[in-house]
Amino acid sequence: MDLLRHFINGMSLGSIYAIIALGYTMVYGIAKMLNFAHGDVIMVGAYVCFYAVSRYKLPPFVGVALAVLLCTILGIIVERLAYKPLRQAPSLAVLITAIGVSYFLQNTALLLWSSNPKIFPSIIKRASIKLFGGQLSISHITILTIVTCVLIMIVLNLFVNKTRLGKAMRACSEDKGAALLMGINVNATISMTFAIGSGLAAIAGALLCSAYPTLMPTTGALPGIKAFTAAVFGGIGSISGALLGGLLLGVIEIFAKAYISSQLSDAVVFAVLIIVLLVKPAGLLGKMTQEKV
Amino acid sequence: MTEPILKVDNINVYYGSIHAIKGISFEVHSGEIVTLIGANGAGKSTTLNTISGLLHPTTGSIYFLGESVAKIQPHKIVVKGLAQVPEGRRIFAQMTVRENLEMGAYTQLNNNYFHDDLDKVYSLFPRLKERRKQIAGTLSGGEQQMLAMGRALMSRPKLLMLDEPSMGLAPILVEQIFSIIADVHKAGSTILLVEQNAQMALSVANRGYVMETGKIIATGTGEDLLSSPEIKKAYLGG
Repeated sequence: MDLLRHFINGMSLGSIYAIIALGYTMVYGIAKMLNFAHGDVIMVGAYVCFYAVSRYKLPPFVGVALAVLLCTILGIIVERLAYKPLRQAPSLAVLITAIGVSYFLQNTALLLWSSNPKIFPSIIKRASIKLFGGQLSISHITILTIVTCVLIMIVLNLFVNKTRLGKAMRACSEDKGAALLMGINVNATISMTFAIGSGLAAIAGALLCSAYPTLMPTTGALPGIKAFTAAVFGGIGSISGALLGGLLLGVIEIFAKAYISSQLSDAVVFAVLIIVLLVKPAGLLGKMTQEKV
Repeated sequence: MTEPILKVDNINVYYGSIHAIKGISFEVHSGEIVTLIGANGAGKSTTLNTISGLLHPTTGSIYFLGESVAKIQPHKIVVKGLAQVPEGRRIFAQMTVRENLEMGAYTQLNNNYFHDDLDKVYSLFPRLKERRKQIAGTLSGGEQQMLAMGRALMSRPKLLMLDEPSMGLAPILVEQIFSIIADVHKAGSTILLVEQNAQMALSVANRGYVMETGKIIATGTGEDLLSSPEIKKAYLGG
């Protein structure tokens, strides 16, 4: 029964990683950059949600919607001001800028909201579900997290494969020059990708802080790095890779915490990453691109 | 004479400090096939990319359908009816054949047109219809070239620009591609064709311009250029 409980908790944590990893992977796919500020967008989303619900007593659903809206705008602004001017710059310059944006967001949060941890109110306040005569108890937030992740994956897959804008996004990620010659506004498409990624980060922030309720300006940093790892694990640039990588990472982490050592769990996670990358350098579902002549 | 579809007037284009295009002028009229020929590095592709808006001329002007387009962004030029089939085909290799054609029609928001145009492209290239669900990267080189041309035609271009369509293809396929170009022209398209294969290009073209190191050094009808002793010597191997 413990095994099942750990597995469900791992899937839930993994779902959060997967939702964050989507932002990394989509932005990497289209802009070929690692947006290390992505983790801090989670934190901003969580603070917005926190203030909306605790201070202004708005219903949790409205708080999350507000967080998504503001983070989407934040994502667009960050891309426009920090990354767009560097479109032609070497990737190292973009990487350093992303780290700079990350510190900027963390320190702005420190200034606005102080370093005192806030206790995040869970977006669902209902007792846990008891199964098997009370032997297995699952909280509502765990279920909500997994369901949200599945829904996001379905919607995103439909968007990318079935809609005109989604297909244009894939075209841009393959070949921006050719996409321009099709009449696709590549800059607007990149902007849209940042918007989607940041909106998802806000959802992840609300879910993360509902499960682990301590909210600080650095809250987003570690989950951000872990989700980045998940994206690489699954194959960066691949949407299904982000899902697989996120879920695996979550389950491995929880199992390592339960059966090996809670101090060593992160080391175990990264050791698995290293082994996977040694065997499959492009990640589990990553594609090694080959040019056909 | 009526106003040309495309008028390039004394443009200069730089790649950083390299002066790639040195004051060239030419025109394409409705219903024509015009070819730009010349050796590798003569500036032919640079010229097409400048017309498409991927590069901008430092001086000089470009008029498309009477409107100046020298400073417009590339995606807006496509909307005006200018399509380029880029060098090396540049199909979206991980998307299906049909999705590639949909991307070609990206600027066309009318769904009824889309299906008509799709039928036209499929009747021009029956092979693409057979393989419509296939991932484009798995097509052969010749099929990829057909897809690149079909994709460009989906945008209902008033001028179709082809950059080295014969590049990297087996001789038998080169023949086939040129006969397709002639078919597309007959079906009503105006074409600007850039080629290193001068013999083939001049044989299908109404008029031609010969480029060398960023300048136009000769011009004439396809037949004139084919029979000119100098052109023969320099570009047609004897």
